[in-house]
Amino acid sequence: MTYIIEGATGPWEIVVGLEVHCQVISKSKLFSGASTTFGNDANSNVSLVDAAMPGMLPVINAECVRQAVKTGLGLKAKINLESVFSRKNYFYADLPQGYQISQFDKPIVGEGTIILDMPDGSTKAVGIERLHLEQDAGKSMHDQDPKYSHIDLNRSGVALMEIVSKPDIRTPEEAGAYLTKLRAIVRYLGTCDGNMNEGSMRCDANVSVRRPGAEFGTRCEIKNVNSIRFVMQAIEIEAKRQVELIEGGGEVVQQTRLYDPRAGETRAMRSKEMAHDYRYFPDPDLLPLVFDQAFVSEIEKTLPELPDEKKARFMRENGLSAYDAGVLVADQEKSEYYEVVAKGRDGKLAANWVITNLFGALNKAGVDVAESPVSAENLGKLLDLILNDTISGRIAKDVFEIMIETGDDPDKIVAEKGLTQITDTGAIETAIDEVIAANPDKVQEIRDGKDRMLGWFVGQVMKSTGGKANPGMVNQMLRDKILG
Amino acid sequence: MTDLTNLTLAAARDGLAKGDYTSVELTEAHIAAMASQRDLNAFITETPEKAIEMARASDAKRAKGDVGKMEGLPIAVKDLFCTEGVQTTAASHILEGFIPQYESTVTANLFGNGAVMLGKSNLDEFAMGSANVTSYFGNVINPWKAADGKNLVPGGSSGGSAAAVAGRMALAATGTDTGGSIRQPAAFCGIVGLKPTYGRCSRWGVVAFASSLDQAGPMTRSVRDAAIMLGAMAGHDPKDSTSAPMAVPDFEAALTGDIRGMKIGIPKEYRVDGMPDEIARLWDDGVAMLRDAGASVVDISLPHTKYALPTYYIVAPAEASSNLARYDGVRFGLREVAEGDSLDDLYMKTRAAGFGKEVQRRIMIGTYVLSAGYYDAYYNKALKVRRRIYEDFANAFGTVDAVLTPTAPSAAFAIGENQDDPVKMYLNDVFTVPASLAGLPGMSLPTGLSASGLPLGLQLIGKPFDEETVLRVGGVLESAAGFTAKPAGLEG
Repeated sequence: MTYIIEGATGPWEIVVGLEVHCQVISKSKLFSGASTTFGNDANSNVSLVDAAMPGMLPVINAECVRQAVKTGLGLKAKINLESVFSRKNYFYADLPQGYQISQFDKPIVGEGTIILDMPDGSTKAVGIERLHLEQDAGKSMHDQDPKYSHIDLNRSGVALMEIVSKPDIRTPEEAGAYLTKLRAIVRYLGTCDGNMNEGSMRCDANVSVRRPGAEFGTRCEIKNVNSIRFVMQAIEIEAKRQVELIEGGGEVVQQTRLYDPRAGETRAMRSKEMAHDYRYFPDPDLLPLVFDQAFVSEIEKTLPELPDEKKARFMRENGLSAYDAGVLVADQEKSEYYEVVAKGRDGKLAANWVITNLFGALNKAGVDVAESPVSAENLGKLLDLILNDTISGRIAKDVFEIMIETGDDPDKIVAEKGLTQITDTGAIETAIDEVIAANPDKVQEIRDGKDRMLGWFVGQVMKSTGGKANPGMVNQMLRDKILG
Repeated sequence: MTDLTNLTLAAARDGLAKGDYTSVELTEAHIAAMASQRDLNAFITETPEKAIEMARASDAKRAKGDVGKMEGLPIAVKDLFCTEGVQTTAASHILEGFIPQYESTVTANLFGNGAVMLGKSNLDEFAMGSANVTSYFGNVINPWKAADGKNLVPGGSSGGSAAAVAGRMALAATGTDTGGSIRQPAAFCGIVGLKPTYGRCSRWGVVAFASSLDQAGPMTRSVRDAAIMLGAMAGHDPKDSTSAPMAVPDFEAALTGDIRGMKIGIPKEYRVDGMPDEIARLWDDGVAMLRDAGASVVDISLPHTKYALPTYYIVAPAEASSNLARYDGVRFGLREVAEGDSLDDLYMKTRAAGFGKEVQRRIMIGTYVLSAGYYDAYYNKALKVRRRIYEDFANAFGTVDAVLTPTAPSAAFAIGENQDDPVKMYLNDVFTVPASLAGLPGMSLPTGLSASGLPLGLQLIGKPFDEETVLRVGGVLESAAGFTAKPAGLEG
């Protein structure tokens, strides 16, 4: 897929690289024993180390290392058996040490790949440059007091994985697909909850424009965008700004910018000249982080089936299209739901029901699959009722409506409402006879060769049986009676 | 001074064991000595009530048969160790009034072994200095006086600890050594100072100066005392990632008095131009003593020695500039801010008022050498040279068991001297800095007097985690030198 901005002077291509900060799922912080629980009282999850009291020293949390390695394996990336923690020095009130412990030239994870699933069913590979571990900062609150800013250090020292892509992204949609896929992978792995609105996944976008195929242009970094939709919008708007700037005779200046979704624009935060000199150097309080291949192999054994593998399996074993399989695996819970429904049943029918009917209804209600009123077991039972001819597909839709409303078992609904399909030939015959008797003229039309009218009769019979008659039987018997 | 303040740790330990006196009596005698020599300014905070309380508890513990390695022995603690409930300042205005809620691992080990704390001894601000003249709480005066009666510096940065031990205000003291801060003041004050191998003692709870160099160690009046006290301080600490996971040997058992067949290296590069005759003579005398005791003395070369001082003055300030960023007025210590000030105002005012000139100078040097465009030329280069310096020693230790050098290029100098020239002041550490950069154990012990009657020290440097050899050789040198001189007024 190509995405070209048609400028006044010709076409422009956009080049995007994303830096995503993922908060690591772990009980305690990267270098201290303090809890990482979200939403506790301000400054209640703070150890002496997190508050940077004099003489305090960091000690690496092995669980965070395992999570980073696991994520690296999920990104098909090179795991570095030796990495180094460095200090990134800058002053801010919510950075107690006056430096962030991060990884600079020797990250724990090197190059990898993410496969994007595009809406048209195509795929695209985007390179991962690196993944490194670092500490999160605390939180500054400027709205608590008229004169003072308040600081909450609960988040100070929580482990983050910064995942940096290569500048391989060429469209806003690819950026969206990249974030969706990355989020799916970390969620499958259980290494990050991926909640962008809670800040446990945050994205910076590096955007530049160029003539198609030319050298990279000067980039601007859009900081801290907090939803996938906003990232896509910000890229589109920033790229347009750069094109207009260049075509107007200006020059893109490397700078950090903020996206304001309400104003629909990006604004400069600080220029390169004003950029911090972080004075990175290896943290002398920490030895290089070293582990062996056996440590990596142990973690590798715990890897779940990841979206790409699952997608391939759904296509191979259940005969799903790339698009349907992609939709189902995008979210681990959705894929698990689908697997329960499809187990022992027609995989394609299950996919249709889950994607079209269930996701449609859930979207309308604005709830996640985890909160679905219809359990996967019950949806499976509904499919069974269709497959064993207890109800028609038409009735099944009605039953499904009731299930969405009440969460009830479809067997119970069908029994209570008497929706069981009529397959008793006598009952169907009676209904047919009544319709034939009431419409002799129409019967004659069919006999005169207007076959199409047969459908009208089927509809009448279905109507008179409350939709419960087996449509196949109705069709056959009508044909026999009128034409036979 | 009483008999009780003139004991070695070892003798006091034996006296307590025999019941000749109690820890309370021993502690009271030292509290009195501390009070009577306040003019030396060896302490920033005296803790007499806490000392008596700890001594009482120790006597009670002893009565129950529970006797630690330092049971009932009163010591001074350098005010760089965080002590729970007791003000800890690092001799800086920026930490004035700071009372930690935690106890450093080293002091916790000492107290767990029964030691009694008399107070927090003075030092150069954030341990940056070689004369104890940069303390916000005033300079420390060496108990030794110049021939003309002038006041002398005690050396630094552990100047208060050295003065307290030399002045018989404490049986021993903790020190910390980053580039010579235990060994040089020990030499200036005529006592024993041992900087252990980097990683031997935990840095947890010690206010950081330069993390890759800082190491705690004992300051005592005998080599045996250093062995006793190191044994009570050291040990692996999971809270310090750079602490070595190694067992603590019985250091006292290393004092066999027998160094026959050992090889002692004499590095030619330490015989610097302009070395005073009395220092050269002291060194030669030391060589002769070791030879007489049956060791063989060999000339060695440590070719990168001349780069040690400049390397140190890149690495240490670089780390310090980052380590001291946490003193920002936000969470603890000094806070200088006026109505309407910005966050940057708060930082600038607090740090300008809170840090002394020498600390500010080192923060600026450190910030410079780490900055973009200079990192490779300075910091990265310094790391490479540091590696070479380590390799020099590693090569030498392929043939020798220990290295003997002078500790400092001169005896204690007068207060005010060298103060206008930082580089001249930095030269005090020229013999101690190489072992610091290499992370090796080094011990200074007094072996003679200068022409003006001031103590001079020799330094023994050992292999990594081989403090035992350093102590063994040091014990022999101590016996041979027979250094018994005391500061004027304390002879007895």
